[in-house]
Amino acid sequence: MKKKASSVETGELQIKNKGDYSQLLIPLISLLVLIIFNVIRDVGFFNISIISNNQGYKVLSGNIISILNGASELAILAMGMTLVTAACGGQDISVGAAAAIAGSVFVKILRGGGAITPGLVIVAFLACCAVAVVFGAFNGTLVAVFNIQPMIATLILFTAGRSIAYWINGGATPTVTSPIINALGGFIPGVPVPTPIFIVAICGIIFALLFKFTNLGLYTQAVGINHRAARLNGINTTWVKLLSFMILGICCAVSGVIAVGRLGLINHETLLLEIEMDAILAVAIGGNALGGGKFKMAGSVLGAYAIQTLTTTLYAMKVPSTSIKAYKAVVIILIVLLGSPVFKEAANKIKLRFTGGKEPVTVEGK
Amino acid sequence: MGILKKTDGRLSSRREPITDTRLLLTVTIYIFFAMYIMSIFVWGGGFRRPQQLFDMLNNNASLIVVACGLTIVMITGGIDISVGGITALVAMTCAVHLDNGGTVWSALAISLGIGLAFGLVHATLIAYMEIQPFIVTLAGMFFARGMTTVVSVNPHTVENAQFLALKESAIQIPFLGHTANNGNLIPAKIEYGVIIALIVVAVVFILLRWARLGRNFYAVGGNNQSALMLGINVKRTKFFGYLISGLLSGIGGFVFLMHTGAGNAANATGAEMNAIACAIIGGTLLTGGVGSVIGTFFGVLTLTTIKSIVIASGLNEPWWQSITTGAMLCFFILLQSVILSGRGQKGSTEQIE
Repeated sequence: MKKKASSVETGELQIKNKGDYSQLLIPLISLLVLIIFNVIRDVGFFNISIISNNQGYKVLSGNIISILNGASELAILAMGMTLVTAACGGQDISVGAAAAIAGSVFVKILRGGGAITPGLVIVAFLACCAVAVVFGAFNGTLVAVFNIQPMIATLILFTAGRSIAYWINGGATPTVTSPIINALGGFIPGVPVPTPIFIVAICGIIFALLFKFTNLGLYTQAVGINHRAARLNGINTTWVKLLSFMILGICCAVSGVIAVGRLGLINHETLLLEIEMDAILAVAIGGNALGGGKFKMAGSVLGAYAIQTLTTTLYAMKVPSTSIKAYKAVVIILIVLLGSPVFKEAANKIKLRFTGGKEPVTVEGK
Repeated sequence: MGILKKTDGRLSSRREPITDTRLLLTVTIYIFFAMYIMSIFVWGGGFRRPQQLFDMLNNNASLIVVACGLTIVMITGGIDISVGGITALVAMTCAVHLDNGGTVWSALAISLGIGLAFGLVHATLIAYMEIQPFIVTLAGMFFARGMTTVVSVNPHTVENAQFLALKESAIQIPFLGHTANNGNLIPAKIEYGVIIALIVVAVVFILLRWARLGRNFYAVGGNNQSALMLGINVKRTKFFGYLISGLLSGIGGFVFLMHTGAGNAANATGAEMNAIACAIIGGTLLTGGVGSVIGTFFGVLTLTTIKSIVIASGLNEPWWQSITTGAMLCFFILLQSVILSGRGQKGSTEQIE
């Protein structure tokens, strides 16, 4: 379906798995529209200036930096969510809760061991990754072994997750104060770019290398498109699905640690609240089918930045933070309406009229 | 999937195989009664009074109404996560309207109007524009929650006399009451919201069981393609599913206000997930084609009983309720999966074919 639609759009014969970038059009166009809108509204919107932060270091400041910085957790979660969506044809709605659990474990270990050294931070990070992977494996087992729809399976952790996070630290909002933790969520001394941006870049590179040198991407797509056919071709479908959830677990841990680093404390109730909805949205805006199958991780990351740009724009327009959701909803509907099959068909008809009614060559079949 | 039941004379000697919907429904009802009777014997006290059961209904009337709509949508194989947001918006709008010269009837009209408007937009976008239901209703939820704060940021308590009279009134059943410590008889009370909820359950039950539209919901959810080949208008069926869900969310918002009497931006937080959980416990599958509204009704009661048991057994810390709810949800989900796979019919594998 997807293949056919895209080749109709470009009007030429395409070879499988080559140059199919039409999917990235939706997030790119929406991002461009937002940027152009902002430039028209306020020419200085994208100015970058250098200021000194409260630790006395020279750092970059401006709307672009705050968008790139603010979208970090969302972008990382969107990467993991893309994989789960592609493999299982469903979404994990427990990522916020899982990040809260991971953050709680991180804080618990840091507070337990006296002085905070780089070694301890690494141990704490590995421990919270391990915990998040265990919870991811729990979700994954329900989905892959028991054949439960992902949304329902993750509803369990969504319900209980934040309470588990609360229980780990025994209440209140424990704080950690250390220059290392501040550097994780803010700036490394001497580096003018916020650290979360680097972390996103590292995650992106790791995923790119994984897709380049392993069969992860290919297998995930195969399982998502038709998991019976994939099994008959010798792919361990259970393992692929389980693995996608475990990778998402690591993504949750990383974004949980960034969120803890930003504030220097863990609040189990508000840490990355409702981010699961934004992450799913990022995947959808990225042009990925929520029913699984083919995916483009770059699309999801662009989608995450588009969402953050929208939020920043609305804040800049003095929209009260409580009613920001209503405006967001309208924009979301407009974006997905542009990408809907009905709209694409109509656009194609108009295009055909302009090109002289010549039927484009299409690839038949799925 | 049990749509075409055939009572052939030749087969009368053998028992007709029970449908998935009925099997899951039976399991839920048995588990609810088993849990309730167990808690009567183990914890006694409040559980022995009929009022305990009535309170469960009083407190959850709006959840029952909302979950009924969600059940229909889930039977068609879709999802509607905007129900909590619409409930909050309706409650807030009605609360503000009632104190600005509105009457109960005009408030009711507003709640139905808001519900229908949301239902109409969702239904058009999902059924005719073919956008994924999750995204559309997610946007609906964002919009409803945002608009709630536009209507009023601060909590708003209704002071309209006509409405307060309706809110305070309840059906009293003296012979089911209990004697208080000072010897006074306290009659059992059922609020009018519960009556509305029960009527909704009955109407939806009749719709799903006997109306053509209701049977079409099952057919569309069971298998989209075969429903189309049977000549069912799939798009229109889905359209009505989301329309009804929106309408019931509106009614749910009004019932919510009848119980709490105040509009608050944080009203019905997480109601959509609660409603989904109730529908699942009641035996509705997200893949579609399987489910019943009676099951959802018992799902609400089961979930509430679990919460009451947690409190009765002395686990008062705030985190225990959601952890046990999660554990019970896990239990029911696994139970469904095991039962259905034991019958050689997995919901998810059927969808692929």
